[in-house]
Amino acid sequence: MSSNLPLEMDREKAAPKAAGEGSPRLVFGDAWNYAPAPEAADHVKIAPRYELFIGGKWREPSSGKYFDTVSPSTEEKLSEVAEANEADVDLAVRTARAAYERYWSKLRPLDRGKYIYRIARAMQEKARELAIVETMDGGKPIKESRDVDVPLAANHFFYYAGWADKLAHAFPGRNPRALGVAGQVIPWNFPLLMAAWKLAPALAAGNTCVLKPAETTPLTALLLGKIIEECDLPPGVVNIVTGAGKTGAAVVGHGDVDKVAFTGSTDVGKRIQKALAGTGKKLTLELGGKAANILFADAPLDQAVEGIIQAIFFNQGHVCCAGSRLLVEESVHERVVQKLRDRMATLRVGDPLDKNTDVGAINSKMQLAKITELVASGEKEGATRYSAPCPLPSRGYFFSPTFFTGVAQSHRIAREEIFGPVLSILTFRTPEEAIEKANNTMYGLSAGVWTDKGSKSFWVAQRLRAGVVWANTYNKFDPSSPFGGYKESGFGREGGRQGLLAYLEVD
Amino acid sequence: MAKVDKTEKKAPAATTDALLPDVALESLGVRKAYKLYIGGAFVRSESGRTLSVDERGGAASKENVPRASRKDGRDAVSAAKAAWSGWSGKTAMNRGQILYRMAEMMDARAAELVASLVRGGQSEADAAKEVAAAVDRTVAYAGWSDKYQSLFSSLNPVGGPHFDFTVPESMGVVAVAAPSRPALLGLVGAILPIIVSGNTCVVLGSEADPRTVLVFGEILATSDLPGGVVNLLTGQVAEVLPHLAKHMEVSALDLHGVDAVLAKSAEEAAVLNVKRVRTRSLAEADWHDAAVTETPRWIERFVEMKTIWHPAGP
Repeated sequence: MSSNLPLEMDREKAAPKAAGEGSPRLVFGDAWNYAPAPEAADHVKIAPRYELFIGGKWREPSSGKYFDTVSPSTEEKLSEVAEANEADVDLAVRTARAAYERYWSKLRPLDRGKYIYRIARAMQEKARELAIVETMDGGKPIKESRDVDVPLAANHFFYYAGWADKLAHAFPGRNPRALGVAGQVIPWNFPLLMAAWKLAPALAAGNTCVLKPAETTPLTALLLGKIIEECDLPPGVVNIVTGAGKTGAAVVGHGDVDKVAFTGSTDVGKRIQKALAGTGKKLTLELGGKAANILFADAPLDQAVEGIIQAIFFNQGHVCCAGSRLLVEESVHERVVQKLRDRMATLRVGDPLDKNTDVGAINSKMQLAKITELVASGEKEGATRYSAPCPLPSRGYFFSPTFFTGVAQSHRIAREEIFGPVLSILTFRTPEEAIEKANNTMYGLSAGVWTDKGSKSFWVAQRLRAGVVWANTYNKFDPSSPFGGYKESGFGREGGRQGLLAYLEVD
Repeated sequence: MAKVDKTEKKAPAATTDALLPDVALESLGVRKAYKLYIGGAFVRSESGRTLSVDERGGAASKENVPRASRKDGRDAVSAAKAAWSGWSGKTAMNRGQILYRMAEMMDARAAELVASLVRGGQSEADAAKEVAAAVDRTVAYAGWSDKYQSLFSSLNPVGGPHFDFTVPESMGVVAVAAPSRPALLGLVGAILPIIVSGNTCVVLGSEADPRTVLVFGEILATSDLPGGVVNLLTGQVAEVLPHLAKHMEVSALDLHGVDAVLAKSAEEAAVLNVKRVRTRSLAEADWHDAAVTETPRWIERFVEMKTIWHPAGP
């Protein structure tokens, strides 16, 4: 167990032994006490009720129904949001069609781009408000919404704005043309960022949109609707219809939608693909994942451990590309597991609005139940669980950062997407075995590889059946960088020049 | 009694002569048993079933071609899957050279292909035109093999200290329903954009002229194309396609001229493992149009884009 590295020997001398355990332990988590550092939210005004954004106006839903959106960290109601039914969706699609015909397809492409630039700029100006609301509505740590979600979302608009007048250069000689009306359904894990990933390329390519945000996290998309309204976009170019699965089904099933884009679970993605069979509608799907993060013994282990932590605990593990299967070369398994324990002891779980928080709230009660159920199955199937011994707030939905060792490939926790802060650790002996295990999944969204040997990192990256491979890094995103899956993780790419293809017909 | 017999026999003898036309008795031709092309081998359908194929104009002479079964389809998928790592692992230029070799073999055996198309109902002139176009298409795609990557790839200017790039990779096994007509050009034109990027395929060939599909297999067998890269089945598309559409080792479907009801059910079955599906019905003349069929879009539909990140730092 004990390593002969001098540094670790020093640590062992200094560290008291944890009760009930034979091995020396570090007690990092108690070394520093952070004073609370809550982000002030008093200037943010969340309206008591939000309507549907259709044709540039905020409309009451024809159903007359509203649903609550709650803060997962306090379980308090933040607002209530209109529930769009089929009639509302139909109006939104017809409005989008008319706006396509009357305005968006007739606009000079550079001016189309200028509208999109305006959105990017306004998002930057309202970045703080957007970040706070994102954190309140979804539960993610403010440092993530502030430093990742919001800037990336704004950058996405800024990036695609510039493509609007350059489509012919993006696909030279291939006569790119817009599709018409795009119906877009997005998930709750990156509510604003996913709205940006959907709207920005669609608008730049010359389409009009009907966007359906997730029912647990509708607020930032609605704030984006306000921004779009303030940017004076022609009415109906972007329409936002809130609701749950039924509303989403109405959007993707509408006969006058030319293109459907969906990000969410593989299960729902398959239902959408089936519903669209034979319709000739264009479809892109960004679905689930069970990414392998491969750690070779020659990797710089401390740097790798930092990456592994980022890979699985970023956004509470509510990340389709999360590095949820750690494949460790057998010779360093014990050392890595110990380092992970040490690092996890320093993770701060709690109030998402606190600027020191590393792991925020689980997005919903339902998701917490799903994580709990899968973790229980891991214990039942014989894997060994370790959960960081951190205090959890008494209110709200929280789950301790957790990993499992002794995981077999057949275990549910090695096969199914947990979508929570739960890592499954497996081992391998040869690079071939690592690749075999990494690819032994129905998913193929992302993967990671950690090694100090350049040739090995590329050799492995070429053999991983995944749309995004992070070598010696993880969970990096950029508007210029295409993102999307192989296999049952879906098809189509978002980001970059390739991301335009989802919203264009080309020769 | 004997006399009566003799007179009675004379009349029938004359009738039989009239019934039997002259038959050339020297140098009897050898008929070919047409076989499916699976994993680089020529095999009968495991089902033992055949379909009868007419000579041009429905003249008396009939030949039998195998009627592929569900099991033949599964065997073909296994062969295609086994061939995939080798084929996708070849260098792009090597794949191009092998496709060029395919064109050489087609050109050398152009007369045989023309004859087969004529027997399948085409006029001499149309058959010759179709074969020439098929050779040209093969040369065109041989050239694409190490060039489309430069068009689809990108070095992504990400906002951070990272080297980030995107490259195309093959998908795996693609199941193809080739169009009925043009039987050869449609077949060649459908498989080239799929195999050029390293995919392997299982093809349900033309129902209108299955013989030409299998003659083409004989050309593939001598073209350095590794066995299993292209697997050719004849029979009824409607019988085998639904099983290929459900098959978990098939990554994508490319359906040409499949009727709407069958295509819809195939698309629905494709959901099982989120297959990529392209359905299209090109007019026969469009298959001759290089501007339609030799664009990079045909290749792009059957590649996956992989993005690789690496930090850049001292």
